[in-house]
Amino acid sequence: MPYTYHTDDDRKEMLQRLGVESEDQLFEQIPSAYRIPGPLPLAAGKTEPETMRMFAEIAEKNRPAATMLSFLGGGIYDHFVPALVRHLAGRPEFMTAYTPYQAEVSQGTLQVIFEFQSHISRLTGMPVANASMYDAASALAEATLMTAKITGRGTVLYPAGLNPRYLAVMKRYATGQGISLQPVPFAAGSGQLDTNALRAQLSPDVAGLIVQTPNYFGVLEQPWTYEADVHQAGALLVACVDPISLAVFRQPGAYGADIVVGEGQSLGNDMNFGGPLLGFMACGEPFVRQMPGRIVSATRDVDGREAYVLTLQTREQHIRREKATSNICTNQGLMATRATIYLSLLGETGLVELGRVCCERAHRLAELVGGCPGFALRFDGPFFREFVVRCPKDAEAVVKAARGDGILAGIPLSRYFGDAARRDLLVATTEKHTEADYERFCSVLRKD
Amino acid sequence: MSNTIYGKSRRGRLGYRFAAHTPQRPADFPEAYLRRGSIGLPEVSEPQVARHYVGLSVKNHHVDKDLYPLGSCTMKYNPKLNEEVSALPGFCGLHPEQSEDDVQGALEVMGSLEEKLAIITGMDAITLQTAAGAHGELLGLMLARAYFDDRGEKRSTVLVPDSAHGTNPSSANIAGLRIRTFASGADGRVDLEMLRKELNDDVAVLMLTVPNTLGLFEDRIGEITAMVHAKGGLCYMDGANLNALVGRVRPGDLGFDVMHLNLHKTFSTPHGGGGPGAGPVGVKSNLEPFLPVPRVVRREGCYEFEYNRPKSVGALHSFYGNFAICLRALAYITRLGAEGLRKASGAAILNANYLARELSSLYPIPYGQRCMHEFVATGEPFKSHGVRTLDIAKRILDFGFYAPTVYFPLVVPEALMIEPTETEGKETLDRFVEVLTQIAREAAETPELLKEAPHTTPVRRLDETAANRHPVFTAPREA
Repeated sequence: MPYTYHTDDDRKEMLQRLGVESEDQLFEQIPSAYRIPGPLPLAAGKTEPETMRMFAEIAEKNRPAATMLSFLGGGIYDHFVPALVRHLAGRPEFMTAYTPYQAEVSQGTLQVIFEFQSHISRLTGMPVANASMYDAASALAEATLMTAKITGRGTVLYPAGLNPRYLAVMKRYATGQGISLQPVPFAAGSGQLDTNALRAQLSPDVAGLIVQTPNYFGVLEQPWTYEADVHQAGALLVACVDPISLAVFRQPGAYGADIVVGEGQSLGNDMNFGGPLLGFMACGEPFVRQMPGRIVSATRDVDGREAYVLTLQTREQHIRREKATSNICTNQGLMATRATIYLSLLGETGLVELGRVCCERAHRLAELVGGCPGFALRFDGPFFREFVVRCPKDAEAVVKAARGDGILAGIPLSRYFGDAARRDLLVATTEKHTEADYERFCSVLRKD
Repeated sequence: MSNTIYGKSRRGRLGYRFAAHTPQRPADFPEAYLRRGSIGLPEVSEPQVARHYVGLSVKNHHVDKDLYPLGSCTMKYNPKLNEEVSALPGFCGLHPEQSEDDVQGALEVMGSLEEKLAIITGMDAITLQTAAGAHGELLGLMLARAYFDDRGEKRSTVLVPDSAHGTNPSSANIAGLRIRTFASGADGRVDLEMLRKELNDDVAVLMLTVPNTLGLFEDRIGEITAMVHAKGGLCYMDGANLNALVGRVRPGDLGFDVMHLNLHKTFSTPHGGGGPGAGPVGVKSNLEPFLPVPRVVRREGCYEFEYNRPKSVGALHSFYGNFAICLRALAYITRLGAEGLRKASGAAILNANYLARELSSLYPIPYGQRCMHEFVATGEPFKSHGVRTLDIAKRILDFGFYAPTVYFPLVVPEALMIEPTETEGKETLDRFVEVLTQIAREAAETPELLKEAPHTTPVRRLDETAANRHPVFTAPREA
């Protein structure tokens, strides 16, 4: 059998030491009524080439977005992954280590987390970041719980333009805690949060306002125009952000956000059919003891050497049990490792350049698509790398037609926003696209 | 923090470029939207990045280096085949919003894994949506709540034994349920009389880890689950230790209504220095209507996602869970097959019992003659020399092994929880025994050697107290 290496002699010797004839006998500590008599009804094992071939054949049944002309976004983006990221993060030293409990032999992982926290902190402008969450959705859900716990209040406001997939998870977590979630509508013209509605909704029971920028429609918000109102009402401001956008656009630390979360898939991770992803979370110093997840601190060893260690563990489930800030244990460490290497490699210049390229390309694409007969931008609010197009017919039909030409045109908003949005298509671009790709896309849109 | 990547940064050094030209700041935006000043990311070259992270990586202990006997964590070998499978462009390049026609292979992977996990666990339905064990626990408890709500029953207590993983009580708390802990019996298992006293009409769920964290099988499990059912409650199995049971015992046959599996433990997917894992949840048919959406269903030879399930609890993940981890687990199950899986649990239990036998004269094992896939020894005898379990653990690091899980479960003082897994050979186990024998001798003769250990690791013992009192979460910005 693969992956074990007992010889028959080893086995015999070990069994003999235990005074039994076979492994089966060791299972006799389990009453026989509970044991299954024969093998499971599963296929026989395969050799490595057979297994590889089988999966290659299954993979053939997929038509991956990454190898097509794809304008799909909605939280998952097809950015290029530099070869170095894949190679370094694939090293067994990172890949096959566990959570860094024994710090003395886990400095690699611990320092990577420390650098991840530092990168996220600088990007978001927040003092503290944790070691990762499952995805943006669960990070946002945990942030929601945090606001309720910190303020002792029971209502959380969220924007109607929030990523609907995040909302679904938030709702699920909030239900458990009896937190009431209230939507704040978006302005029909700009696609931005309706600030008048927000001001009317800021009651004394509001624990926090969530703002997503860019929001699901790709539109950037202006949290600095209502941050003071939120805080005056005694509520917290939670920003859900796109990390690459922060290379160009204002960071949440600069407009008074209390908690910042986001999706880090775009930072050197494959799309992987939506998982594993990379949730991140950052916050202000006053809230660090309410923050979920692992946190690393710099410290020194007994010889005075710089070193890193898991810290504030009394927040966590293995110490605090039911009083822990969260139940999270296993996180998305390897995805965070990739993001750390990606951000280090791109660095200041590379990330700013990437952010600008995406922004420039998205505006070019919007101009071209908007020039196609019957197509127009749905919102006039500012956008980063994604925008909503109103189509001359049902967006589902546009998607279907484009698919025939080998193009993934985008996400029809009717999937999440009902019939009123049936002509709306969410279109995203990245640095992978060229002017020729845009021309091809538009020629398909112009076809009928 | 001069040793971080920031310390290697020099202004004007370029790491990586995506564009031939440097685009200008976006022109049409009002100033208020734009970021002012620099981000503060480092400026380093690609070769520097390579050296920096290779340099960090070698400071880690990892399974490909040597034994990682961390109890309850099942640090087995992670087959490289699984990595190659998950890196196939046909899988890793899929966007989750692609139409079902274009992702039939991915849906087949999900459907097939659900089917196989159902066979292995004896449960009726599986969801792959949960990203980790604790995530699975949370979902399992949410399903239980939804089930009772649907029946119009008000139940809010979750019972766990004192040997439970910390995630059990904290998951219950997040799910909005109340936790009650009961003491394990004298033999380390559930005391049925004690349990009977705890059971009442408010008990929603009994959560048990099987085998438990002492490495013991609950030999009266059928009676236990029947008792809970008789009182109208549900039984949850924490599947963290499923590695001991695969191909031998199906949790579904033991009376469990809901359970989670840790694919990163039992099914060989890598731990990645803390994640990602995958924590699929299995249920009996009574809980199936409440599973999160979407469900993968097969109709007329094609797979599709089904969202329209009125009783569903909704979603716990942005999309479909940690798909690429599930894919690795399916590759593992495919490679091993029925017989291989059965042999794996056989080798796991053989290795654990062999190690327990060889170590028990020096490191007593308070509970049980026979263990399953792991056992819990105690460092209690060495306390008289002023040596604690922590010191033993740190000294083990000096010999190039990782340390066992320490001070858990809480029911054993000075606990050393040891899980060798099936992918270790006799030579390795014998080397480990030699090292622990030497350490036992050192504890008596030169206890200082242990108290100051480790000596040969990249850094030595750390000042955790200072880190807790005055934590430093980020590298300070350069002046």
